[in-house]
Amino acid sequence: MTLAIEVRDLTRRFGSFTAVDSISVDVAVGEVFGFLGANGAGKTTAIKVLIGLLAPSSGSARVAGFDVLTQSEEVRKRIGYMSQRFSLYDDLTPRENITLYGGIYGLADAEIRARGDAMLNDLGIMHVADKLVSTLPLGWKQKLSFSVAMLHRPDVVFLDEPTGGVDPVTRRQFWEMIYAAAARGTTVFVTTHYMDEAEYCDRLSIMVDGRIAAMGTPAALKAEFGVSSIDEVFVRLARPATATAG
Amino acid sequence: MNQASSPVVLEGVRKTFGSTVALDDVTLDVHAGELFGLVGPDGGGKTTLFRILTTLLVPDAGTATVLGRDVVRDLWEIRRRVGYMPGRFSLYPDLSVEENLRFFASVFGTTLEKGYDIIAPIYQQIEPFKERRAGQLSGGMKQKLALSCALVHRPEVLFLDEPTTGVDAVSRREFWDLLHDLQASGLTIVVSTPYMDEADRCDRVALVQTGRILAIDEPGAVGARFPRPLFAVHGVPRHATIEALRAFPHAVSVHPFGDTLHYSDARVSLAPAQVITEVREWLGARGIAEVAVTPIAPGIEDAFMALMGDESDATTAGAA
Amino acid sequence: MRAPERIQALAAFVIKEMRHILRDRQTLTILLLLPLAQVVLFGFAIRTDVNDIRLAIVDAAPDDATLALRARFTGNGRFRIVATAATVDVLEPLFRRGEADVALVIAPGLARALADGTPARLQLITDASNPNTGTTMQTYAGAVIRTWQAALPGARQGVTIEPQVRMLFNPTLESVNLFVPGLIALVLTLVTAQMTAISLSREKERGTLEILLVSPLRPWQIILGKVAPYLLLAFANVVTALVAAWVVFRVPFRGSLLLLLAASTLYALVGLALGVLIAARTESQRTAMMGSMIGTMLPSTLLSGMIFPIASLPWPLQLVSNIVPARWFIVIVRGIMLKGAGVVHLWQELLVLTVMFTVLLAVAIRSFRARLA
Repeated sequence: MTLAIEVRDLTRRFGSFTAVDSISVDVAVGEVFGFLGANGAGKTTAIKVLIGLLAPSSGSARVAGFDVLTQSEEVRKRIGYMSQRFSLYDDLTPRENITLYGGIYGLADAEIRARGDAMLNDLGIMHVADKLVSTLPLGWKQKLSFSVAMLHRPDVVFLDEPTGGVDPVTRRQFWEMIYAAAARGTTVFVTTHYMDEAEYCDRLSIMVDGRIAAMGTPAALKAEFGVSSIDEVFVRLARPATATAG
Repeated sequence: MNQASSPVVLEGVRKTFGSTVALDDVTLDVHAGELFGLVGPDGGGKTTLFRILTTLLVPDAGTATVLGRDVVRDLWEIRRRVGYMPGRFSLYPDLSVEENLRFFASVFGTTLEKGYDIIAPIYQQIEPFKERRAGQLSGGMKQKLALSCALVHRPEVLFLDEPTTGVDAVSRREFWDLLHDLQASGLTIVVSTPYMDEADRCDRVALVQTGRILAIDEPGAVGARFPRPLFAVHGVPRHATIEALRAFPHAVSVHPFGDTLHYSDARVSLAPAQVITEVREWLGARGIAEVAVTPIAPGIEDAFMALMGDESDATTAGAA
Repeated sequence: MRAPERIQALAAFVIKEMRHILRDRQTLTILLLLPLAQVVLFGFAIRTDVNDIRLAIVDAAPDDATLALRARFTGNGRFRIVATAATVDVLEPLFRRGEADVALVIAPGLARALADGTPARLQLITDASNPNTGTTMQTYAGAVIRTWQAALPGARQGVTIEPQVRMLFNPTLESVNLFVPGLIALVLTLVTAQMTAISLSREKERGTLEILLVSPLRPWQIILGKVAPYLLLAFANVVTALVAAWVVFRVPFRGSLLLLLAASTLYALVGLALGVLIAARTESQRTAMMGSMIGTMLPSTLLSGMIFPIASLPWPLQLVSNIVPARWFIVIVRGIMLKGAGVVHLWQELLVLTVMFTVLLAVAIRSFRARLA
C-alpha cells in the first residue's frame, strides 16, 4: 500500500495546551478519508500542520511523500485545499479565479485555459463564466471551488467542511465529484459535520480531545460499537468530552 | 387551530432584493407553544424570513404578524416581546460572558437577576466561565451564551436562525435538547436549519428552497409526500454501483444515503419484489458484488429532494 | 419601556462602549498620546530656526542707503551674502541651483527716495520650496529691514517691502502658535468622526447591530450610547493638546477656557454626527475607515486653513472649504487662544457649526433607520 499521508506521533502544543496529542494516521493513495471530531477537538490544528501552515511540536507527518516540516514547499505544490470559509474570491469571476489559481500553481496560460474550459463545461456553468462569483448560488460556488482546488491535479486534496449549508441534491453531487477524483488517484482528506456523509468515506477517524479515539471503515466502526450509524458512534465517543467542556 | 391565536402568521409574503426573489408568496402559521422548523439549504430565504418576522425588513407584499401584531406597524411592541438569535455569532468578543448577558438584559429593560430563572438551565452550563471573554469560548459555549442573551428578557416567541450550523453533531443534539426544555416551559420557537436530520426534532417543519415553501407538515408525515416506492441499494464498489444503477432504464433517482443508495423506480404500480429482482440482476450483470436491495420508507431528505425537483439548479455533477 | 428603563439601557450602552475602548489598549494608547505626539512633532517640524540664510542682493544703483541696508544683513549672523548683482537676471539660476534662499531687490534711487520722502520699494523674494523655513526666512529678512528702517534719521515711513514668493509658499505659517488650533481640530476629527464611524460599522460587521435593532432600543439611544464615550475622549484630547502646546512651546492662551471647551464640544458633536452618517452609509469597517479618511481627515487638514491658507486655494476649493467644519473651528480656536476673542467676535463661526451639527444629526438619524437596508 502506497501512503499519501503518513502521520507519526504528531503533537502540537500551544503554550501549555496540547491541541493535537500524539496522533498517528496513514491514508492510502486514492482513499477518501473522513476526519471527524467535535468542535475544538483539534481537527483544524491537525489539518494546518498537514498543509504546512503550522509546524508540529513533535512527531512527523509526510504528505504526498514529503515531510511537512522540512519540505513544505514540495508538499504545497502537491496538495489542494478548500474550506467552507475561504475558497474563491467573491469579487472575481469564475474564469478569473481559475486564472489566478492556475497562475499560483505555475500552469501555462494555454493549460489554464484548456483545463478551465473543460471544468466550466463539466460543471455546466460556462454561461456564468464571466459573472461575479458572489452572484452564483452557494451550491455552484462550492462545486466550482472544489474544481479549482483540483485544477493543478494535486496528489492530495484537503476539504474542510466542504458541504456546509448546501442543499441535499448538490451535497450528493459534490460527493460524486469527490469519488470521481478519488477514482483518478487523488487522495481526499475531508472533514464534515454531516454524519451521513461520514459514511461515504472509505475510512474515517474520530478525534476527541486532541487524540484519535477511533479509526476504521464505517462498517467496522459501527460493528465495534454495536450501533447502526456513524452518528451514534460519534455521540458515544464525543459525549463524555463535551459534557465537561460545555 | 385557529389562526387568530397563532403567534406567527405569514400570508403571501414576498421580498425581493433587486432582481433576486428572496421570498416568493410565503404563507404559514406557527401554533402557540410549537417548535417549528424552517428546513432548507442556505440561500433559500430563511434568514430573510426571520428578518421580516423580527421587524428588520419590510415585506414587499403580503402580511406578517407576530403575537397578533403587524411587523410593519407595531415594530416596537414586537421587538419587546420576541427573542432573536441571528445566524452568525453576534456577541461582543471583547466583553466577558457575564458582561454580554448583563448588557443585553439592560438593552431590553431588565436585569440578569430578573431573567435568571428562565435562562438558568442553559446559563448554568457556562456560568463557571462567566469571567471569560466571549471571543474565547468554544463553539458550543458560544451558542449557549447567545441563546441566554436572546432569552434573558423572557420573550414570548423565540427566533433562531441556524443555531446549529458549523456545530458538531454532539453539541447539536444537546442544543436541541435545550430547545425542547424551553418549549416545555410554554415558549413558541421558530428555528431554521440546513441539516435535514434535525427536522425530526421539530413539531412541524416547512421545507424551504429558493424562496418558496415546498411543504409544511409534521416531520413524520413529510416523507409520505414522496411520490414513488423507495429502495435502499447496497453494492460494492460503491461508485460503480451508483453509475450502474443510474443507467438502469427505469431509474428516476439514485442518491447516496449513508452507506446505501436510495433508489426510486419509475414504475409506481410494479410489485416491490419485482423491482428488487430486476435491480439485483441488472447490478449483478455489471460486476457489482454484495448486492442488497430492500424497500424503505422515504424520509424528509428524500421528500425534500423529490420536491426540489425541477426547482433544483440545472447543473449536473461532473468531474473536474 | 418606561423612562427610567430607557436611561438604564442607555447607561448600560455607554458602559459597554467604554469597555470596548478600554480593552483595546493599543488603540486607546494611540488615541491618548496622539495629541501630544502631534503637537510635539508638528511643532518642531515647523519651528525650523533658520541660521545661515543664503542671501542674494540685487542693487541696481548702490548709494549710501543701499550700502547701509546691505551692511545690516552682513552684520546679522543669520545671513550670508552669496551674490551681489546689478540685475535680477542672476536670481533665477541661483534659485534653480539652490544656491540662494532669499533675494533682496532694491529699486534704484533708494537714498534719494528716502531724502525726498517719496515711497521707496524693496522686494523680498523667498525660495519657499520648504514652506516652513520659507516663512521663517522671510520673517527674519523683514525684521532686518525694519531694524534698518527704524534707525533711519527721522522716522521715515515711506519704505514699502514687497514680499514675493517663488514656488509653493504659505505666508501664514508664521509659528507654532497658528498650528496648534489646527492640530486640535485634527485630533478631534479623528477621535469623533473616524472612531465613531469605525466602531459603529464594527457592530454592523459583527452582526451585533442586528440584535440591537431587534431590541427595544431606539436609534437615538444607540447613537447617543455610541457617541458619549468618544465625547469624553475628545475632551481629554483637547486638554492634552493645550497642555502640550503650553509646556513645550509656550503657546499663549489668552481667551476663555470654558468657551474653548464649549466650542470643542460643539465641534466634536459635528464630528460625531458625521461619523454616524458615514457608518450608516457604509457596509464594512474598511470602507468606513476610508470614507472617514477622505470625508473628514483630508478636508480637515487641507481645506481648513490649517496648512494652506484659504485665500491661497483656487476658488473652487475656497468654496468647498466653507462646508468643512474644521475651517470654522480653527478660526474659533485661533481667536480664543491667540487673540482672546469672546462669543461676541466668534458668534458667526459658532452659528455655522451649530447649523452644521443640526443638519448632520438630522441626516444621520434619518440614515440610521430602525430597520436593515
